[in-house]
Amino acid sequence: MPLEVMARADAPISLQASFRAEPGELLALVGHSGSGKTTLLRTIAGLWRPETARVSVDGEVWLDTAAGINLAPHRRHVGVVFQNYALFPHMTAAQNVMAAMDRGAPNPRAEAERLLALVNLPGLADRKPAQLSGGQQQRVAVARALARRPQALLLDEPFSAVDSATRERLYDEIIALRAHLKMPVVLVTHDMNEAQLLADRMVVIEKGRVVREGTTAEVMADPDALRAMGIREVAAMLPAVIVVHADDGLTRLDAATGPLFLPTIEGQPGTKVRVRIMAHEVILAKARPEELSAQNILAGTIAAITPGTGPGVIVHVRVGDDEILARITRRAVVQLHLQPGDAVHAIVKSMSVARDHVTRAPIEV
Amino acid sequence: MDWTALFLSLRLAGWTVAILLPVSILAGRFLAYRQFGAKGLVEAVVMLPLVLPPTVFGFYLLLAFGRNSPVGAFWQETFGHQLVFTFEGLLLASVIFNLSFAIQPAQRGFEAVPIEVREAAACCGMSPWRSLWRVELPLAWPGVMTAMVLTFAHTLGEFGIILMMGGSIPGETKTIAISIYDRVQGFDMAGAGIMSATLVAISLITIAATYMLSARVGRRLS
Repeated sequence: MPLEVMARADAPISLQASFRAEPGELLALVGHSGSGKTTLLRTIAGLWRPETARVSVDGEVWLDTAAGINLAPHRRHVGVVFQNYALFPHMTAAQNVMAAMDRGAPNPRAEAERLLALVNLPGLADRKPAQLSGGQQQRVAVARALARRPQALLLDEPFSAVDSATRERLYDEIIALRAHLKMPVVLVTHDMNEAQLLADRMVVIEKGRVVREGTTAEVMADPDALRAMGIREVAAMLPAVIVVHADDGLTRLDAATGPLFLPTIEGQPGTKVRVRIMAHEVILAKARPEELSAQNILAGTIAAITPGTGPGVIVHVRVGDDEILARITRRAVVQLHLQPGDAVHAIVKSMSVARDHVTRAPIEV
Repeated sequence: MDWTALFLSLRLAGWTVAILLPVSILAGRFLAYRQFGAKGLVEAVVMLPLVLPPTVFGFYLLLAFGRNSPVGAFWQETFGHQLVFTFEGLLLASVIFNLSFAIQPAQRGFEAVPIEVREAAACCGMSPWRSLWRVELPLAWPGVMTAMVLTFAHTLGEFGIILMMGGSIPGETKTIAISIYDRVQGFDMAGAGIMSATLVAISLITIAATYMLSARVGRRLS
């Protein structure tokens, strides 16, 4: 049963939003700071009550201002990972995790160690938060949220307080962890790259309102939604498999679109990854170009051309079962006579794919 | 050495701490977390005993709890004796006079607990009472402990208010501080000296023990 949220408020911020997240689904609430996304998360947790709101999960009503229902946060089975983790500083990692368990839970210590192992933190159970790195603290916070046996898991900018190298590792871990999660997961983030790597669906929030909602691929291909986010970085996600690490520093991957050569990607051959290809880094050619420095030339057909308001358009190129997005000028479309159904070649520079644009694919359940 | 006076002082200080401990925790927590219109006024009233001369404060307490006051009359009717010039009256005065020492440091202690940590406690399924016991109190403990030490030490040393409210009845209201004054008045400088030194030693030990304990708590937290 899904998590369903509806909230309306005038103060302290204007809010008029509703969305739902299915069990096992990772929904990203994306928006600028001050857009109201964290307020929506706090509404779910019961830390804030809008003037008019309804929150239900598994058919259980947590908040219904019309019916006068408002469960206190401690009566909602909700797991929250706070932006700065908010670990209990006087407790060890294991005690932090046990603190979220129901009283009288059998073998709390063993369960805490199981959860800490699940988030890749074995052997540090007796450390205090101050003795843990930022990434380790985040893992404890995730384990603590799961110890609550939540009906909904809420992640409030959980990657913003760590350095980028740690962040990449944590992305992979969250993706791996998702195989174990049966509840709806709501991720609040201002980082579109992060949302695209992790989320199944996205809700774009602007000034307290939902401006776009859809699958990650749909939203990321929508210039209007991206403009709402103030970004030009339309991008496609390509699933691929690591084939071999070449001596010259490039890694060969196989995607449905054909082989891809990218700067060294960590992982054993056979590891499934998702590669984020930025639309403005893709060049289209009608004929297969020769003697070109770019290493990746992918043949496909044009599925759609989405005009924006500016001089640019987004061309959706169907390659195998996947889609690549190319951001080119309206003028180029006219010059090349590009139309849906046309055969084209998409050219991607290897060096245009940043390391944090590659992530391990979810483990299939 | 006036042992009766010393034990009376210790008894008074002990009872004052016992009564003010829950007050300190609940009022300190309330003032730390809640925002309300009259908060500034309440804080000012709580701080008042710090700035008023004890004799002034004692004078008003004498008026408030004397035989002709509603509280004093009620006490007289219920217990058959008056409230002022008794140990109970002294304790009441001591509790009121120590409110600032008991609440202020505890309030600072609770204010030091980050709001996200309290929210995390709620989201971990802890009821407000359980959150207080398991999360807030352990973190605010140094503040609460400081409050209790100040209250204890301050009660031991209080003079003016006790003189106004209690008089100097041996075993009932004659505390060590009053006894020392009496000895000096009677030119028993040796006796006054021994008692003064004892009071200094007790105060020093109390404060040193507290600092050592809170240092240990601090190590446990970090």
